[in-house]
Amino acid sequence: MNEHSVVVKDLAKHFGDFVAVDHISFEVRAGEIFGLLGANGAGKTTTIRMLTGLLRPSSGGGTVGGWDINTQFEMIKRSIGYMSQKFSLYNDLTVKENLQFFGGVYGLSRRRVEERTAELNEALGLEEWLDRRTAALPLGFKQRLALGAAILHKPSIIFLDEPTSGVDPIARRRFWELINALAADGVTIIVTTHYMEEAEYCNRLCVMHAAKIVSLGSPAELKERHGAHSIEDVFIQLVRGA
Amino acid sequence: MSDPAIRVEGLAKSYGETAALASVSFAVERGEMFGLIGPDGAGKTTLMRILTSLIDADRGEAWVLGHPVAAEAARVREIIGYMPQQFSLYSDLTVAENIRFFADLFGVSKEARVARTEELLDFSRLRPFVKRRAGALSGGMKQKLALSCALIHTPQVLVLDEPTTGVDPASRRDFWDMLERLRAQGVTILVSTPYMNEASLCRHMVFIHKGKILASGSVGEIAALFSGTVFSVEGPNLQAISARLRNTVEPELVRILGDAVQVLALGERRGDVGALLETMRQGGIVSDSREIPPGVEDTFVSLMRE
Repeated sequence: MNEHSVVVKDLAKHFGDFVAVDHISFEVRAGEIFGLLGANGAGKTTTIRMLTGLLRPSSGGGTVGGWDINTQFEMIKRSIGYMSQKFSLYNDLTVKENLQFFGGVYGLSRRRVEERTAELNEALGLEEWLDRRTAALPLGFKQRLALGAAILHKPSIIFLDEPTSGVDPIARRRFWELINALAADGVTIIVTTHYMEEAEYCNRLCVMHAAKIVSLGSPAELKERHGAHSIEDVFIQLVRGA
Repeated sequence: MSDPAIRVEGLAKSYGETAALASVSFAVERGEMFGLIGPDGAGKTTLMRILTSLIDADRGEAWVLGHPVAAEAARVREIIGYMPQQFSLYSDLTVAENIRFFADLFGVSKEARVARTEELLDFSRLRPFVKRRAGALSGGMKQKLALSCALIHTPQVLVLDEPTTGVDPASRRDFWDMLERLRAQGVTILVSTPYMNEASLCRHMVFIHKGKILASGSVGEIAALFSGTVFSVEGPNLQAISARLRNTVEPELVRILGDAVQVLALGERRGDVGALLETMRQGGIVSDSREIPPGVEDTFVSLMRE
C-alpha cells in the first residue's frame, strides 16, 4: 500500500503582507499518525484550514484523500473528520441526539446513523450513556463521543486538535487505543497539539516555526537530530533558535 | 516554628451527589513551588476556590500563613494572589489599563501602584506592549498579563489554576521561568496542572484524582511509589505486539507510541511480561525491548489502579 493520503507541495498562504505559511511541502501515508506542532502563529492552523478545505492557498497546492485542495474542497469536506478538544457537542442533547445531529450534518440518514452507532458502540463504550444528557458525561466519554461524531461518515482522514487535553492518563490511553485501531485500518490521523503527552503517540512529527517547517521526522529521529531528551526540548530549541 | 504558607486539613466539598473533594489534607512550606497535579474534574479548582475564600468547604479547614480562611476571609484575600483558569482580562482595555483596574480593585495606593506596575512590566517583559489592547495579545502574553494583575497587590502566596493550559510549549516554559523568579523572591506558589510532565518543575506536589489525594511528596518520592517495570518494545508491527501484550496485562497498561510500544508490568507481573517479550523476540515479532525509567504519568496510572 503506502499510498500517500495527504500530499502538500510548495504550499503558501499570505494575508496581505503577512506570510502565514511559507512554501511548505510534506506527505502523509495512509494509516499514519502525523503530528503538526508549532507555537501560536507558527502557521499550523492556517495549514490545517487549507487541508480541510476551509481556506484557499495563495500558491502551491496538494491533495487530501486524492482531492485537490485548490479546486475540490467540497469533496475534501465530505471525506474528512474533524474533532477538537473544544468540542462542538450540544450539552443539552442526549448522546444519541448528538450523534443524529452530526450524522445529519454529514448527510447520513437516521437509519444509517443508527447502524453506525451500533458499529461504534463497542469501541467507544458509549452504549449505557446513549440516552443521557451529554452534559452529564465524564470528560473522557465526551472525548469519545466527539470522536464518534467525527467518524460516523467513515472518513479516510481525521484531524484531531488537542483531542485528550486535560483527561486522566487512563482515559487518554483508552482514547489513543481507538485512534491506533483506526490507523491500523488505514485511516490517516493528523494531530495538532501543544502537549507532548499527545505528540508522543505520533509516528512522525512536523514542527513549524515562523511559517516554515523546521524539522520533520519520527519522535526518536527528532530527539537524536537535535540532541534532546524530550520532544518538548526539541520544540523549544527549534522555536527559540538556540 | 512559623506556620506553613498553606495548610488544609480534611477539606471536603460536594455538589449534589458528586464529591468534588473528599477529605483532603496537605501543607505547603513557605517559599516553595507546590504542584496540584491531576486531570480535569479531579477537584483542583474547588480546592483553590476554598483557599481563596470564594466558596466554603462542607467540612475541614484551611489556613493561609496561619490565618483561618473561613474566619478571616478579608485578611486572606489581602495576602493571596489568585489567577483563576478563566482569568477575565478586559479585552478592550490596554495592558496598562488592565493592571490599573486590578490595582484599584485591590485598593492599592497610587504610589504603590505606580512603582509596582513598573516592576511588573519589567518582570513580565510586557513593557513594549503596554498600550496594546489585551484582546490583541497572544495567548502566552495574555497569561503573563493575567499573572501581573494577580500580583499587583504584592501577595505573599500565589494560587494559580492551570495557568499554562492552552499555551504553546515555548510560552509555557517562559511562564514557568517567571514563576521560578517569583519563588526565588520568597513568594509561595500553589499551581495546578493536568500535565504530568510539569510536575518535575515543582518541589513538592500532590497527585489528585476524583477528589482524593493519590500521593504526595517530591518527584523522587512519588516516583519511588511506582512498583513495577516499564518496557519499551520495538518491532516491525507495533499493533501486533500490543495485541499480544494486551492478552497478558490490562489493555490500559499497553500503549502504542510513535515508534515503540510501552508496557507497564506492575508489581509481580514483571516476570510474566519479560517472558512473553522473550518469546516474541524469538518469534521475530519483537526486535528490541528494554527497561526505561517510569515517567510521572506511569506512576499516576499505577496509583489510579490501586
